[in-house]
Amino acid sequence: MRQARSHLLTVLTPEGIAFSFHLAGPLTRFMAWAVDAAVLAASMSVVAIPARILGVFSADLGQAISILLFFAVSVGYRIFMEWKFGGQTLGKRLLRLRVMDARGLQLDFSQVVVRNLLRFADSLPLLYMVGGLAGLITPHAQRLGDLAAGTIVVANPVLPEPDLDQLLQGKYNSFVDYPHLTARLRQRTSVQMAGVALTALLRRETLDPQARVELFQGIADRFRELVVFPTEVTEGMSDERYVRNCVDVLYQSK
Amino acid sequence: MSKGDRFFDGIMILDLRKFITEEKPYWAELESLLSRLERKIELNLDLKGLQRLHYLYQRASADLARISTFSAEPATRLYLEALVSRAYGEIHGSRRRARRFMFGKWFFSSFPRTFRRHIRAFAVSALAMLVGSLLGAALLILAPDAKGDLLPFGHLQGDPSERVAREESAAGDRLADGKATFSSMLMTNNIKVSITTLALGITWGIGTLVILFYNGVILGAVALDYILAGESVFLLGWLLPHGAIEIPAILLAGQAGLVLGGALIGWGESIPMRERLRAVVPDLVTLIGGVALLLVWAGVIESFLSQYHEPVIPYGIKIGFGVIELILLAVFLGRCGRASQASKRPSGEVRA
Repeated sequence: MRQARSHLLTVLTPEGIAFSFHLAGPLTRFMAWAVDAAVLAASMSVVAIPARILGVFSADLGQAISILLFFAVSVGYRIFMEWKFGGQTLGKRLLRLRVMDARGLQLDFSQVVVRNLLRFADSLPLLYMVGGLAGLITPHAQRLGDLAAGTIVVANPVLPEPDLDQLLQGKYNSFVDYPHLTARLRQRTSVQMAGVALTALLRRETLDPQARVELFQGIADRFRELVVFPTEVTEGMSDERYVRNCVDVLYQSK
Repeated sequence: MSKGDRFFDGIMILDLRKFITEEKPYWAELESLLSRLERKIELNLDLKGLQRLHYLYQRASADLARISTFSAEPATRLYLEALVSRAYGEIHGSRRRARRFMFGKWFFSSFPRTFRRHIRAFAVSALAMLVGSLLGAALLILAPDAKGDLLPFGHLQGDPSERVAREESAAGDRLADGKATFSSMLMTNNIKVSITTLALGITWGIGTLVILFYNGVILGAVALDYILAGESVFLLGWLLPHGAIEIPAILLAGQAGLVLGGALIGWGESIPMRERLRAVVPDLVTLIGGVALLLVWAGVIESFLSQYHEPVIPYGIKIGFGVIELILLAVFLGRCGRASQASKRPSGEVRA
């Protein structure tokens, strides 16, 4: 049903569809925990206000309410947030992490409670050493609470929205003047190669100048092996432009 | 050309723009339906709604399969993966749809039924504390000088008779301005101990047994100390009102820890550990929730009743109160929820 790599959990549905979850690393999880610890500390001072007001009338009652509220917030904050906000506390939301059921199913309330109550074991002997160690050695980076509750923590990194229009249009694509060659290109190009070419174009701004030149040269050479466009069209055309024209042909039929 | 390349020869690359434009309305409809279902947990779709959800899920799945095969740009694929995974969770989730949490039903039916379902774990929990108590009592007899090391609380380390005389002759209310604070401290401390007892079940139950055993040692040593000093009546009057609830509550927390440990070990079970754990997780929450409530009650009683002795409150009343509590607790755990026991298994009964 499932196969796991070091940082991925892949779920295969009965419909034969596979989707993957990116497992959160220990560093981001620790950062989310630190943010939540700060939020908890801030919440404590807010919680102290009604207790202080009550303390004006009865010091005993004010103190009792403050002890109970502190306890309820410290135990209940993560449970409440993860249950009400789809597996995210404020820290997890900030770090783009989410608690999920390890089978890709809906997160159950009891799972949220158990994974959080088991923090008492994970935090032993200090600074989450047991939980951190468990996260490093378990295949799905689960601390003990996650193991018991059957949950995982996944990362949802921000991906820039690709702008196909900006990539593929704007300039005239001279390859489309040769429909028999573009048809051949579409026929001969493998799925993997088309994907590599498109991804390279989408990420071109993130590449070093030298790496960018070499990468597009390699991809353009592969395309040239598949189909030879007339010299009058390709003469003076940069490798990157060549790849751009090919991707335009591959992904957008006119 | 590689072997892999030849395999894909002849496949036409997808017209991405056309594909996205055509499919986007269906994805948006599925997303909105899923958001409604996730926002309102008790929402039940009618047959038509369910059929539509299933259709949209299958359509999005097919789109994901297509777009993965045609190596579209990553953002669309990730968006579709997220959408399909949400719909998958909604459609394939084996649990019953969550309903509004009904406290009365949970406390008076689910909690005692869960206790009875794992009665053997409770028996082991009680046995661990009993063995600890016997050892505590034995240690006190064999090494009376070690009493100071054995008992962690200062007020228990002195002579029992002196304490009894001091507390019975106290003129004023020593907790006059601190009963509520003392009560809340007792509640939070005992609930923390219970949570730790449950959590240490993850050590295959060993940590849970150690906590139960250690608490038993203290209880046995204290009890024998007072009995040997001829203060049995004071002991019962002091411990029973809150102990009749508090000690069983700690045993129930131990039961939860041992249920967790048992699921990890899985003696004689053929199902994988992950499934065993999944089966007991709702029961752990039910047990620890019940324990927390019992400890709130015990905290109130310990602060407002247990600390007052004769002549303020006669021991007969205190002991009688404790015995009645114990009987009611036994009846509650042993009998409540039997009428509905034949119905469904209470997996996932605790819902927020």
